[in-house]
Amino acid sequence: MSSTTASAAALPADPKASTAGAAKKPVNPRSAKRRRSLAQWGFIAPAVIFMALFFGYPLVRNIVMSFQDYSPSTFFTGKAPFNGLDNWTNVFEDGLFGKALWQTILFTVGSLVGQFCIGLALAVFFTRRFPLNGILRSLILLPWLVPMVVSGIVWRRIFDQDTGVLNSFLGTVGLPGDTPWLTSTSMALISVILVNIWIGIPFNMVILYGGLQEVPKELHEAASLDGASAWRTFRSVTLPMLKPVITVVLVLGFMSTVKILDLVLALTDGGPADSTQTLGTLTYQNSFVQMDFGAGAVVGNILILISAVFAVFYLRVNRNEGK
Amino acid sequence: MATTTQIPAAPAPARHRPKRRWGATVFGLAVLAVMLFPLYWMINTALQPDASLVDVGPVPTGLDFSGFTSALTEQGGNLLTSLAVALGAVAICLAVSAPAAYGLAQFKLRGSRTIVFGTLITQMVPGIVIANALYSAYVDLGLVNSYFGLMLADASLGIPFAIVLMRSFMVSIPHEVIEAAEVDGAGRFRTFVQVVLPMSRNSLITAGLFSFLYAWSDFMFALTLNTTDDVKPITLGIYQYIGAHVGDWGSVMAASVLSAIPAAVLLVLSQKYIAAGITGGSVK
Repeated sequence: MSSTTASAAALPADPKASTAGAAKKPVNPRSAKRRRSLAQWGFIAPAVIFMALFFGYPLVRNIVMSFQDYSPSTFFTGKAPFNGLDNWTNVFEDGLFGKALWQTILFTVGSLVGQFCIGLALAVFFTRRFPLNGILRSLILLPWLVPMVVSGIVWRRIFDQDTGVLNSFLGTVGLPGDTPWLTSTSMALISVILVNIWIGIPFNMVILYGGLQEVPKELHEAASLDGASAWRTFRSVTLPMLKPVITVVLVLGFMSTVKILDLVLALTDGGPADSTQTLGTLTYQNSFVQMDFGAGAVVGNILILISAVFAVFYLRVNRNEGK
Repeated sequence: MATTTQIPAAPAPARHRPKRRWGATVFGLAVLAVMLFPLYWMINTALQPDASLVDVGPVPTGLDFSGFTSALTEQGGNLLTSLAVALGAVAICLAVSAPAAYGLAQFKLRGSRTIVFGTLITQMVPGIVIANALYSAYVDLGLVNSYFGLMLADASLGIPFAIVLMRSFMVSIPHEVIEAAEVDGAGRFRTFVQVVLPMSRNSLITAGLFSFLYAWSDFMFALTLNTTDDVKPITLGIYQYIGAHVGDWGSVMAASVLSAIPAAVLLVLSQKYIAAGITGGSVK
């Protein structure tokens, strides 16, 4: 199929097309211009409509829903009466919200720090030239391409306290081999963070590697001629040059981490005793498990608010850098 | 690393270099081994007889495909569902975003900057928030438990990314090429289909690839927009599987292996597009 379209591109002067063009009547320039821009909007309109329906509408709808009383019967009766701030006060008075918020912060910060540091170290490592560099680099991407839910389930197996390979390995090398990775309230969140770091490393590595390729080699040479050590060169030359890329990586990482759902559900379902509950899973629990969409919308709105604050902050930083 | 300060004295470093390089390769292999271990363990567990027992060997002794047979009989239909939904989502995604990317790249329209900005912003909307609102709308529209409903929702995962990616490519198409086609009498739409799309082939492939992966990996919409078993992609299938048969790890892992195959195949077939897509997603 691609070959036929490619050959058509080589011959844009299709005889049939020119007859269609000849049929055009002369029109006054202003309405012609308007017609042209209307036709041009035709290209963009479907996407705008789609995004309005699938992003704009949910944003507005969530705000409205957070002031409505949803119950399991709402979907049969269609009745969801407005109840003022009830959902909001209920959510805030429930201790679970504060817990989920704190755990979301721990999860997001922990994941970002781990992903970024290891990703950067690997990116620097792969800028060296050695055999099989390219193949190794692309194979490291695999964990990132596997569905997150599947990764979660595989790790759930590895983490199993009694029959998992991690504990049996630790036992073999003489370390305590009975850690309850996912079943103790003190360890579960750490384990989930570790898995998310594993998932995020490839993405961080690829983007930072791309950024490192852009850093001019001459700068490194100049620095080493000046007698700077490798670490000094990295800190004073490479890192500042890499700053825009680092911002992008961290922002994208934040956006995808703060709302995570699949991974937590697959690993722990938010347990044990809500110790891995985050704002994302809490939204899900409220809406789709308790069938209280009003409460789900409240938590969802807070999630949006956090993202929005971060987005504004990011745009600020970007704008200042442009100056 | 210390040698970087040395002034290259002709042949001496040349003799050392291969050795040092292989050292890096060995380290790289070790990193890869650690990173891919969970995936290896997934395959290993899938192939072991009695995978639920404590002592799962480090390598499968005597391949046992019963996990795969039961995974295929129980999850085969879900794999096909995933394939159908993902392909549908890719079709919707490209049909909506390719013209938009072209329009935003090449037409000087008022408000197109706002649209590009809006596209970037949509990528920040948490999926669970979309699902929350979408569910009640889907109930009203009768789109719950339907293939088309899930395809539409999954397409939304790829559309902003596809627009941004393809637009940044289409900006670089010389205006003269498009004008030449229009002067030759091709309509705007013909120019788009016969000139712009073929020229943008690589970015179309990359965008299609990623929207496929997004839709294939989707779990959240599959979980929230389906209340019956009518439309069950593999991600949802495995999740429910683990709830129902925690003992049967062999089949769960076999199903996981099957669900990871598209990712592996795509990686092998289209390395350069994958790298381009991941970096492209970060370009503003």
